[in-house]
Amino acid sequence: MRIVAEGLTYTYNPKSPFASKALDGVDLTIEEGEFFGIIGHTGSGKSTFVQHLNALIRLTGGSLHVGEYDLADKKCKFLELRSKVGMVFQYPEYQLFAETVEKDVAFGLKNFRKGMSEEETAAAVKEALETVGLDYAKVRNKSPFELSGGQKRRVAIAGVIVTKPEVLILDEPAAGLDPLGKRELMELLHSIHGGWCKTVVIVSHDMDEIAENCTHAAVFSDGKVVMCGKPSEIFARADELLALGLDIPVTAKCAQVLKARGYAVDTDFTCDDFAQKVLALWEKEGGSNA
Amino acid sequence: MEAVKFENVKFSYREDGKDPALNGVTLCIEEGQFVAVLGMNGSGKSTLAKLINALLIPFSGKVEVFGMDTSDEKKTFEIRKNAGMVFQNPDNQTVASIVEDDVAFGPENIGVPREEIGKRIDFALDAVGMQEFRKSTPARLSGGQKQRIAIAGVLAILPKIMILDESTAMLDPRGRREVMDVVRRLNREKGMTVILITHFMDEALQADRAIVMHRGEVVMDGAPEEIFARSDELETYNLTLPRAAYVCKKLQEAGMPVRNAFTAEELAEGICESLRKA
Amino acid sequence: MLNDVAFGQYYPAKSFVHNMDPRAKIVLVIAFIVAIFLAKNFLGLAAVILFLILVVILARVPFGRVLRSVKMVLFLIIFTAILNLFFYSSNSELHILWQWKFITISWEAIINMLFLALRLFLLVMGTTILTLTTTPVSLTDGIESLLTPLKWIRFPVHELALIMSIALRFIPILTDETNRIIAAQKARGADFETGGLIKRAKAMIPVLVPLLVSAFRRAEDLGDAMDARCYSGAKGRTKYKKLTFTWRDLLGLLLLAGLITGVVFLNIYFGGKFDVIGWFVA
Repeated sequence: MRIVAEGLTYTYNPKSPFASKALDGVDLTIEEGEFFGIIGHTGSGKSTFVQHLNALIRLTGGSLHVGEYDLADKKCKFLELRSKVGMVFQYPEYQLFAETVEKDVAFGLKNFRKGMSEEETAAAVKEALETVGLDYAKVRNKSPFELSGGQKRRVAIAGVIVTKPEVLILDEPAAGLDPLGKRELMELLHSIHGGWCKTVVIVSHDMDEIAENCTHAAVFSDGKVVMCGKPSEIFARADELLALGLDIPVTAKCAQVLKARGYAVDTDFTCDDFAQKVLALWEKEGGSNA
Repeated sequence: MEAVKFENVKFSYREDGKDPALNGVTLCIEEGQFVAVLGMNGSGKSTLAKLINALLIPFSGKVEVFGMDTSDEKKTFEIRKNAGMVFQNPDNQTVASIVEDDVAFGPENIGVPREEIGKRIDFALDAVGMQEFRKSTPARLSGGQKQRIAIAGVLAILPKIMILDESTAMLDPRGRREVMDVVRRLNREKGMTVILITHFMDEALQADRAIVMHRGEVVMDGAPEEIFARSDELETYNLTLPRAAYVCKKLQEAGMPVRNAFTAEELAEGICESLRKA
Repeated sequence: MLNDVAFGQYYPAKSFVHNMDPRAKIVLVIAFIVAIFLAKNFLGLAAVILFLILVVILARVPFGRVLRSVKMVLFLIIFTAILNLFFYSSNSELHILWQWKFITISWEAIINMLFLALRLFLLVMGTTILTLTTTPVSLTDGIESLLTPLKWIRFPVHELALIMSIALRFIPILTDETNRIIAAQKARGADFETGGLIKRAKAMIPVLVPLLVSAFRRAEDLGDAMDARCYSGAKGRTKYKKLTFTWRDLLGLLLLAGLITGVVFLNIYFGGKFDVIGWFVA
């Protein structure tokens, strides 16, 4: 499903002394198949934007199309849309509620696929839990509250992907995880991306994470999209990002210094590619490991 | 002087002592040191922190803070006055709806006279750069600002040790930077002993010493640069190198003579040097 | 600097009333309510209204804002007043206006209704001005200070105040959290908007359980944080915030004493509320 936003505008608490403009004319297209990163400060409008994508926030200004769904249309089938656009909130483990892991994961199915048989439900839950790397037989009857922090997050994600959404949106999915947890989570997202899940959208503060994982990204600032493109294009504009008070990946920082010294490194800013390009440069300069 | 001393400390969250969270930790932290504690979730980092200020008491072994045994209940108050602690969630540590009232909470608890409390609030808010928010409400502040208020709340007790239990984990990069700046300044300028528990490898680089915990034990202990130079060992504890160190290692493995680097700046310098010589 | 605790009804402004000691304001409101109930005729209530207008002007809160706060309870006032209209019987046959079976409406009932409605209205206005000009935090401080004498009978004044303060602190946090959980469950297809009462109550379980779990987690964290900051109850504790009684408070109390004296005076010289009936009926 292609996502097209045009002139998207949204104000919190309109007509009150606390009114604040969260989105101010956002134009953004996310093509099917992209692994899309959304970058920006807290309060830049990025969370408000993603909550528009499955109509958790109703459109009040501008237009938004997600696949064949026109979100400006009052008759739009919002429930159906939500089953196709999955949303994992920040710290999703805080939304677990059921007595057992199995029931919690099945919650979305019960809501979206009314009338699904018990066997089908169990099969879908099993598949979702296995996708996130949990042992169905071991965890299905456990209370979600007795699991470890990392396991809880996996269960919560399973509860969203159980309906196999075509678009999966995750708000700071790796927040609070240890390095191993982060790596595993990103591996998980790549493993489902390209299958039934066509498009992944992650909101992240971690520029290195964006550089390493995303095919495309957009930078939000003050409710507007100020940059959009491939990570290599965005991080090549390091000065502008820094001017916005945002971080840049370690590789971009390094490339910036090298450029100032007259060494241009044409890289996509992933660590491996950066190392390769630096080596190529070194060999060109006459270096050899002989 | 030794600020903190662990002697073969064991601790378990279970009554029967099984599944120990700490399994025989011996450790000594000098006054004025800046120590980063690394390790994956469940490695015992937070337990270690809570044992220092007597929020937890060891099952066996001994924890001493400036020579005071944490298992001695009469010393609990004195130990907590000396070892302040900032927690992970910025929302769950403030008791009052106005910044200055919250900072006053600690001094009030230990019976500091009113005029003196005012001075301590001034000192603490200045130290974290939040004086202008004195009359604000925490609910309106950013995550980084809230954590700085939490640090001020601890500073107002005038502790000698500051423990930060994953206090940057829930912050955005800007918030993390704010908190790290404050912590580094406290250590450098005020000689505060800092114990920083974190998942962020780059934060550990700012410390004098890094300790790696794994399954309730201290498995690595040394200068951060030393620890990150032992990358294979780190990997067995499921920790990753800071990205700059990772790139540096890749280059070295391919035969490029780059000196060890841990930050982007160091890496850039190293690469330039190597390119010039090539 | 303006205090930006704009939680609840608080209307931020710099004014005579805003700057008063919360203790004085609480005492004033209580005395104000006494004055309302002392008044036995319309002149007395008129004096109360004049006083109220003066206070609103001094508080620099727009009249519209004050009235808006009363709007919510207006229904209640009207409802109580109408009930009174039908169930108040007159002693005098002459004063009956309308009668149907056992329901009668008399001049007395109408007067009584108006009087009651006016009293309730003034009561709500008085307390509204208190909450409009005083932050919940300083209200808590005021209540704690006023209750201090109860410490002698071992009433846990400090604990109560601390509980109130923490509750105030966590209301915005838990409100945010509730909204977030609702959004998360909606994203999983939860429906909170349709169905009957039971279905809707059931639909709230996926919101209430996580909220409760989170509240307990927060309470545990907060307990640790308080312990770490040397909390050990009221014993040996000092207090940073000092409430100060100033000339404003004295002036306020004097004005109110004047009002009460005036009301009593009007009571003595101008008879009861029903005297006005004489203007309409012989």
